[in-house]
Amino acid sequence: MKSLILDNTMRLLVWLMLAFSLFLLWRGHNDPGGGFVGGLVASIAFALLGIGRGPEAVRSALRIDPRTLAGVGIALALVAGIWGSLLGTSFLKGHWISVGGLPLGTPLLFDIGVYLVVIGAVLTVVLALEEDT
Amino acid sequence: MIDPGTLLLLPILVPLATAALLLLMRGRVRASQGVALLGLVAMFAASAALLVDVLSSGVLATTMGGWDAPFGITLAADTLSAVLVLVNATIGLAVGMYAIGDLDESTRTLGFHPFFHVLLAGISGSFLTGDLFNMYVWFEVMLIATFGLLVSRRGRAQTDGTVKYVAVNLVATTALLVGIGLLYGLTGTLNFADLNGKVALVEPGAVKDGVAMLLVLAFAVKAALFPLFFWLPASYHTTSAPASAIFAGLLTKVGAYALFRLLTLVFPQTAGVAISPLLLVAMVTMVTGVLGAASQSGIRRILSFHIVSQLGYIVLGLALYTPLALTGAVYYLMHHIVVKANLFLVSGLIRRAGGSFVLADLGGLYRRAPLLALLFLVPAGSLAGFPPLSGFWAKLLLIMAAFEAGEVLAAVVALVVGFMTIYSMAKIWLAAFWKPAPDTVPSPPSPRVQVLTYAPVAALALITVVMGLWPQPFLEVAARAAQQMLDPTAYVEAVLGGATR
Repeated sequence: MKSLILDNTMRLLVWLMLAFSLFLLWRGHNDPGGGFVGGLVASIAFALLGIGRGPEAVRSALRIDPRTLAGVGIALALVAGIWGSLLGTSFLKGHWISVGGLPLGTPLLFDIGVYLVVIGAVLTVVLALEEDT
Repeated sequence: MIDPGTLLLLPILVPLATAALLLLMRGRVRASQGVALLGLVAMFAASAALLVDVLSSGVLATTMGGWDAPFGITLAADTLSAVLVLVNATIGLAVGMYAIGDLDESTRTLGFHPFFHVLLAGISGSFLTGDLFNMYVWFEVMLIATFGLLVSRRGRAQTDGTVKYVAVNLVATTALLVGIGLLYGLTGTLNFADLNGKVALVEPGAVKDGVAMLLVLAFAVKAALFPLFFWLPASYHTTSAPASAIFAGLLTKVGAYALFRLLTLVFPQTAGVAISPLLLVAMVTMVTGVLGAASQSGIRRILSFHIVSQLGYIVLGLALYTPLALTGAVYYLMHHIVVKANLFLVSGLIRRAGGSFVLADLGGLYRRAPLLALLFLVPAGSLAGFPPLSGFWAKLLLIMAAFEAGEVLAAVVALVVGFMTIYSMAKIWLAAFWKPAPDTVPSPPSPRVQVLTYAPVAALALITVVMGLWPQPFLEVAARAAQQMLDPTAYVEAVLGGATR
């Protein structure tokens, strides 16, 4: 089903939601938010694209298969956890490095991992259901 | 010697890492099957090491990220947790192997194995977590993985089953979240060990009992107790045989485990309020499950209703709340997970050999597949409680405990439901194995598939026989788990005493 209204609003909404999902991911470091909610919002953006233009549009917009995204996400989150173990502290212990004065740490890496897992897992299921019909 | 923190983490991390690898190496079928098996063997070894350690040196506990309990994320394993983690890994290994032989290309490429490993990680996580909020998180991990497994088979019936499953579980999850929020408001903590002390300080009254009942309600849906069981027989039979085996064996048992944790560790003082209805619920659950099974004509639907009825037995053990009853319940959990997962795998073998899950279309398997007949009889007999199989001891203990506690009605119900279970098992036996064969029978699958699907079923049947003939070591472990539940001091000290034991 093609809808002119949906198609036009979507152009704006999808980008807005993706930007908002990144904002949630970033904000989650110190405030409510984080990879899980951020990932869900991003998944909704892609699901909306799927409703408007079909699952093929989602696949081409993603460029990467959602299952690969989920795999990379789990791997990143695990690396963030094991990092602490390898440095002799406990699992998931936060460690930071400074890049030009901006401290980057394993909690952020973990959150990005979660973000990707959620997008990957939700879109795998959504696309499987949409391509069913 | 591996330090306790790593030991507690491995049963969760190994399947997660395996899932990540499997997702990244999609397309290379043979190689990913090897990785899947390797991951399952590693998880089994890690879980066995954990149980050995817990049995030799008591409750293990650790915290994540260097934040001490009760503020950090706690993982803890007493005997109950460690036993169930090992049972989970055992079933995971058997079902994973079966799946490699059983699933056709289309199901496999849609991603059975990655979701399966995430599910195993979720189950291990629920058994090992030391606080209520993380239990909720692991339930969500399980829900998402289950969702993925349910939709990995496409079709109208599958989608229908999936929607029912997810919708009911979301309601339960909401109740759980509300309960968690209220409990945090009352006590300011969600760590099990910390709650054990703090809940006792809360003034007894409607609020406290209400919170307890809300949480019981949420876990009762997950455990498919009466009257909240209807989602289970509506969804389990729609998925592939290995997926239904892991659901049937473990998912509802995680709900049962959560009930045990909640009512022995968090709310022991108010247990009475929740326990008195639980006894009734257990009895009605047993009866409705077995009656529902009698009315069904598909193998997996019959077996699904029997999950419900068997959970009644397990909850009966909790409701009686005596050392003997809890020992019986823990033994019942071990026995039931193995037997139930095995029966669902056998139903997959029956479908391969006879071409259908529906009893009317089957027949003549006794003559055509005598080994399959034997492999069906062992778990089916055990489920019905024939001596000397594991189910006999499980039922015996619970019925003895019911008489001991003076609950004669519960004992009688348990006995009668046991007899009615024989009826269902005999129905499958008569229709699938003894009845004359239908005109068309499918050709047998390749030898490779035969070995991969029969070997795990035979191994699980062997466990059932061993648990029946040499119950003593299993009963000792169960008694120890029961004793730790009734006196959680060791658990509380292990968690709050510091990061290590």
